[in-house]
Amino acid sequence: MTDAAFADTANRTTGRTGRFIVYAIIALIGVSLFLAPFLFPDVRSQEVASRICIFIVLVASYDLLIGYTGIVSFAHTMFFGIGAYGAAIALKLMGPTWTALLTGSVIALVVSLLLAALVGMLSLRVKAIFFAMVTLAAASVMAVLASQLSDFTGGEDGIIYQIPKLFSPATKLLTDENGKVVKIFGVSANGKMALYYFVFLGSLLLYLVMMRIVASPLGTVLEAIRENEMRAEALGYRVVFYRTAIFCIAALIATCAGVMRAVWLKYTGPDTSLSFAIMIDILLMVVIGGMGTLLGAIIGATLMSLAQYYLKDLMEVASQATAGIPWLPDLLAPDRWLLWLGILFVLLVYFFPAGIAGTLMKKGAH
Amino acid sequence: MKSLGETFERFGGVNLLPVLIAVIALVLIGSPSTWITLTVAGLAMGMMIFLMASGLSLVFGLMDVLNFGHSAFVSFGAFVAASVLAGLGAWVVADSVFLNVLALLAAIIAAALFGLLAGWFFEQVIIKPVYRDHLRQILITMGALIVAEQIILTIWGGSPISVARPHFLAGSLIIGDVSIETYRIFAFALGLAAYIALYFVLNRTRIGLLVRAGVENREMVEALGFRIDRLFIGVFMAGSALAAIGGAMWAGYQTLITPAIGSEMMIIVFIVIIIGGLGSIEGSLLGALMVGLMGNYVAFLAPKMSLASNMLLMMAILLWRPYGLRPAVQ
Repeated sequence: MTDAAFADTANRTTGRTGRFIVYAIIALIGVSLFLAPFLFPDVRSQEVASRICIFIVLVASYDLLIGYTGIVSFAHTMFFGIGAYGAAIALKLMGPTWTALLTGSVIALVVSLLLAALVGMLSLRVKAIFFAMVTLAAASVMAVLASQLSDFTGGEDGIIYQIPKLFSPATKLLTDENGKVVKIFGVSANGKMALYYFVFLGSLLLYLVMMRIVASPLGTVLEAIRENEMRAEALGYRVVFYRTAIFCIAALIATCAGVMRAVWLKYTGPDTSLSFAIMIDILLMVVIGGMGTLLGAIIGATLMSLAQYYLKDLMEVASQATAGIPWLPDLLAPDRWLLWLGILFVLLVYFFPAGIAGTLMKKGAH
Repeated sequence: MKSLGETFERFGGVNLLPVLIAVIALVLIGSPSTWITLTVAGLAMGMMIFLMASGLSLVFGLMDVLNFGHSAFVSFGAFVAASVLAGLGAWVVADSVFLNVLALLAAIIAAALFGLLAGWFFEQVIIKPVYRDHLRQILITMGALIVAEQIILTIWGGSPISVARPHFLAGSLIIGDVSIETYRIFAFALGLAAYIALYFVLNRTRIGLLVRAGVENREMVEALGFRIDRLFIGVFMAGSALAAIGGAMWAGYQTLITPAIGSEMMIIVFIVIIIGGLGSIEGSLLGALMVGLMGNYVAFLAPKMSLASNMLLMMAILLWRPYGLRPAVQ
């Protein structure tokens, strides 16, 4: 074999190793999430796990836009929020029944679809950068409306409501002969567990749907549009149609994620569903994980969520430890967490635009 | 229908739209004195928005760079001006117009200088590495915006800061039963002066000629041997300085500012640019006046719909003219 061939083989092996590492991480995350109620039974970990599940869906659906099609939208939280508020308002008005949840979700999905189609048709015809501006404007108008129409949305305070009885901690999923809750590995099989698996399985289903979309002919057309819009158009694909279609699909998936978030939290307010901070989270997760790889969404969402919950504690400690030094405590305070994330974000986009999954998997692969 | 369109064009075309909005509002509002107050407020607001929007629009037209971090300059301008005014507290409240004007000038010049410097830094560090890559441009400038907002939070803290208006601009002018805040007249005049200066520079000087040529066809101007990238840094710095001045004026208008001031204005600035068409200061002025008027009228008629009405206006205009009213680049 020649040197070049050796180098080639070596490259392919590192590519394969990278791929293997990514798959191993994904498998680890998947198993941990699947067994989360047993592995991490405390309340805070449960919250983190469910947040990771929901954000994986949200980030993956955003990746369909930014990574696969090359559309930058800032309205993704808008659809997430529509889902959350749809479920929340229905559960509040109609009581904690399945019918209410279903009605709210369906209405939210219809509203999202209409809005997405409208925004898409209006502004996907022109430059990508126009679209980014239009979606940013639309999202902030929606956020302002939600906080002003307080009769429906509860304004800044948000809405607190009850969810279907199956999910309440008092519900016994399995009972032994004495009528007590069965304990599996020391964790009682109550409604809380049902609620977690509702979120987990819902997320898994949506994620598989997205994997299917990416692998389908539609996914290929989208990548063709991202690579060369003119050529795709010249080959006879109606670019505007495909872009609007994927924008609508991503919006619907984000809406479903919003519904799950609303059911899990039993509370919906601007901070949990509509705020721009969530949009920034999604952007960071996509970029950290890797754009254009759905697997990246899993890594990005998990890393960011873990960091958000546990790194802030660390910053608190660091801030107190440096209390004597000027400036430093201010910069290390947990509130300044976004500062560091922002810097990290800029550096990542400069040096690793492919993100963790992309960098690992593409190294040496041809 | 065709003759109606021709008549519309003959009487000024899209330039008539702000007038149209004002007339419709007069009918809806009814009371002329309220209408005049609102119109002046709308014009003043429009001019301040124009200051913030014009730089962004030119930068995009010239170099195909859309800076999502533009609002950081607005916020910084507001806070720098507020700090200067607070530092010169004695001059601000003094009963002498001369000292008042001096304090005001100091604040505005400080904001503008800061805008120039920050613009230079921003262009060199943030934007230069990602020319011609829209996706990364959007992401990076967004990231820079987050960092800038956090820096403001670190320096000035999160609680609202009150801004002192110079004494001679504090009152309001009363003509008949119409009362007009002096500050609004001042803001309008400053904006108008900035527009005239920009118009003069762009249309009557050699640099302006190059900028306009660069907006139209950058490659051709570069092929002729002109350094568009150097010109671009200048335009970027000037645009940032204008945004900072706009922020300073806006701070005085609001009298109470929070670090979110920039991102709040950003949405309106984007709407203005989209309405006006990218790359032209005439378009920005037109869009800014329409948005300013619309915002004030609707805030009076149906307070909760203020921002949404501008959104609807933008949607309607995008349907009618997908590239905005007076675009310089397609």
